[in-house]
Amino acid sequence: MNIENQTVAVAMSGGVDSSTVAAILCERGYKIIGLTMQLWNQRRLASHEGMPEAVQGRCCSIDDVYDARYVAEKLRIPYYVVNQESRFEQDVVRPFVEDYLTGRTPIPCSLCNNHLKFDQLLITARQIGADLLATGHYARNEYDESTGRWLLKRPADRSKDQTYFLFGLTQDQLSRTLFPLGEMCKPEVREKAGRSGLRLFEKPDSQEICFIPDGDYKKFLDAYLEEQGEAIPDTAGELVTTTGEVVGTHNGIHNFTVGQRKGLGVATGSPLYVLKIRGDRHQVVVGGAEELLSGTLRARGMNWIAIDDLREPMRVDAKIRHRHEAASAIVEKTGEDEVLVTFDAPQRAITPGQAVVFYEGDAVVGGGWIC
Amino acid sequence: MRRVYLDNNATSPLLPEVFEAMRPYFMEKFGNASSIHQQGQRARAAVEQSREQVAELLNCRPAEVVFTSGGTEGDNLALFGLVKPGDHVITSTVEHHAVLNACKRLEAIGCEVTYLPVDGRALVDPDDVRRAIRPQTKLVSIIFANNETGVLQSVDEIGRITAEADVYFHTDAVQAAGKVPIDVRQIRCDLLTLTAHKMHGPQGAGALYVRKGTLLQPLFYGGRHERSRRAGTENLPGIVGLGQAAEIARHGFSDDSVERMSARRDRLERTIVGTMDQLTVNSAGAPRVPNTTNIVFECLEGEAMVIALDLKGLSVSTGAACSSGAIEPSHVLTAMGLSPDRARASIRFSLGKQNTADDIDFALQLIPEVVTRLRDLSPVYKRAASSQA
Repeated sequence: MNIENQTVAVAMSGGVDSSTVAAILCERGYKIIGLTMQLWNQRRLASHEGMPEAVQGRCCSIDDVYDARYVAEKLRIPYYVVNQESRFEQDVVRPFVEDYLTGRTPIPCSLCNNHLKFDQLLITARQIGADLLATGHYARNEYDESTGRWLLKRPADRSKDQTYFLFGLTQDQLSRTLFPLGEMCKPEVREKAGRSGLRLFEKPDSQEICFIPDGDYKKFLDAYLEEQGEAIPDTAGELVTTTGEVVGTHNGIHNFTVGQRKGLGVATGSPLYVLKIRGDRHQVVVGGAEELLSGTLRARGMNWIAIDDLREPMRVDAKIRHRHEAASAIVEKTGEDEVLVTFDAPQRAITPGQAVVFYEGDAVVGGGWIC
Repeated sequence: MRRVYLDNNATSPLLPEVFEAMRPYFMEKFGNASSIHQQGQRARAAVEQSREQVAELLNCRPAEVVFTSGGTEGDNLALFGLVKPGDHVITSTVEHHAVLNACKRLEAIGCEVTYLPVDGRALVDPDDVRRAIRPQTKLVSIIFANNETGVLQSVDEIGRITAEADVYFHTDAVQAAGKVPIDVRQIRCDLLTLTAHKMHGPQGAGALYVRKGTLLQPLFYGGRHERSRRAGTENLPGIVGLGQAAEIARHGFSDDSVERMSARRDRLERTIVGTMDQLTVNSAGAPRVPNTTNIVFECLEGEAMVIALDLKGLSVSTGAACSSGAIEPSHVLTAMGLSPDRARASIRFSLGKQNTADDIDFALQLIPEVVTRLRDLSPVYKRAASSQA
């Protein structure tokens, strides 16, 4: 199909990246429709104690919508804001809260990608006549003739690599997505934004979770549960070592994450780290740095991209969190939807709730959720 | 690309005669109606003529017409002008946000407010009004015609009840003026809000009918405009436009303009319902204004439909737009008992006098096409369809 005949919906957050995507695609001659998803009312929990009154500069805040609208106006493309608040709450916020309350450390951005950006938004895009969806993610996708599969690959700008959060994308979703920034470096993107006359080219990147102002997830949990009329479950309990020795107490497992060092309230000679959170027993297992290392992990809820399924053990580079250097490992299936990953060298702070994503060279093989 | 506008309940374009009537008052015939000199007198004359035109539309005395900036101000003036801390107010769950939020404020400053529920067609039961009246009740405020579904409340009956109980009655007639005849004497309301831009007049100009003898605390303090009920230099062109729009609106019931608009609405509704399945007309069977039809397109995302139609040239609406531009489900539809999903699947088509038969044809050709595509791509619709098969 000719480019002129193709309509592309651009997911616009009001930030530099997605705004530049819109500008680039307009230049290439596509018919563009700008879309912003209204996912979370930033003022919703503002009345709760400790929460900031006005939240600006959060992804998809009112100011960001104005920015996106301004870009759309400048590029002369139709622009709409679509309300996905209830789906976002159900598929991203609730699981986020539930994970913390059961001792896992969630990645809402992956859930948002899986359920909202590449699911709901893609459906909406198609419903309004757009064949493709473009986002400002730093990633690349391409069709591999030899395997007949769509591949997800790391971008040119490794420092902005967001493929870790995109491991859940299906073949259908990948076939309908454009990642125009995949070949560009961030400074290049800003420069392009500037040259396109988009005044927000100096706007800083948004780093944190979009629905948590100032990154304080504990305040958020308090405020959200209070609003829902639920009390934070009392999960106060013991701090124990790996040998079962009780070395202290804590006032709630949601205050901890694997690898955490601060906030343990235990004074010992050497630093103590959170090794594991036993949600059912309300226990937080602590130990020394060397105990944080582990050579294996299990994962479930797998999604395969480069391959259609894992039939035999495979050597991959595995990432266990976004800011982690992928490490060489063997991944093998241990159940219908479960894998065992064995690292060549032990890895630090493997955290249930995070994703493990497998790479082979630049390509994402697949990934799943760490148990 | 051809554009057809079927969202006249949001705002309506000026009729040419209205614009022409207003035009001189921007430049050649400018003036401050309070000035002593020629320009002032001329402005004064124009304002008073408009006042008469509005009074004739409502069957009231000109002195009972207070010019405002529109419906929201009119509603606020009625509520805050009359109600004091300690008073009780009776209203409904389907009022416009201007009334609802004003009532929330009244509650915050020490008033009690009863929000009467509505039935499945968004109708208030007048008996509920009667039963809710108590010694401290100062005011009943019930919307005349609903902006979402077009349903007409039993204002005559409510007026009779409030007159008997000696309680003030305000009605927000913003969506009714120009669509159905209004006679404030017959209804026996004490206050009535209308605005120009819903009846082919300009935005920024409205009127509040205030029955003689009703003491109102003004919202704005300043000069003694509007018999000291609403300070502020008169919006001369706006008021002239309002007057002209009011006169055209009044004539609309005897010339055939309202009748023709009604016939077009009926054809639109009948054809949509007749040619597609899985549709429900909201407030069907209840008395409605002649220009509105609000239809649930079961299992569809109304927002996506509005956008898809917009991209093809047809302007309609769903729910209420919030500040970011995203849609929130209509509180009116929710009050009628629609689930959030069905409220979000509801589309409002609202005609104006300027809409032609061709416009309806255009809409009728486009809507099935868009609905079909949306249904094909809707997981919810497919699930529902397969579970019924």
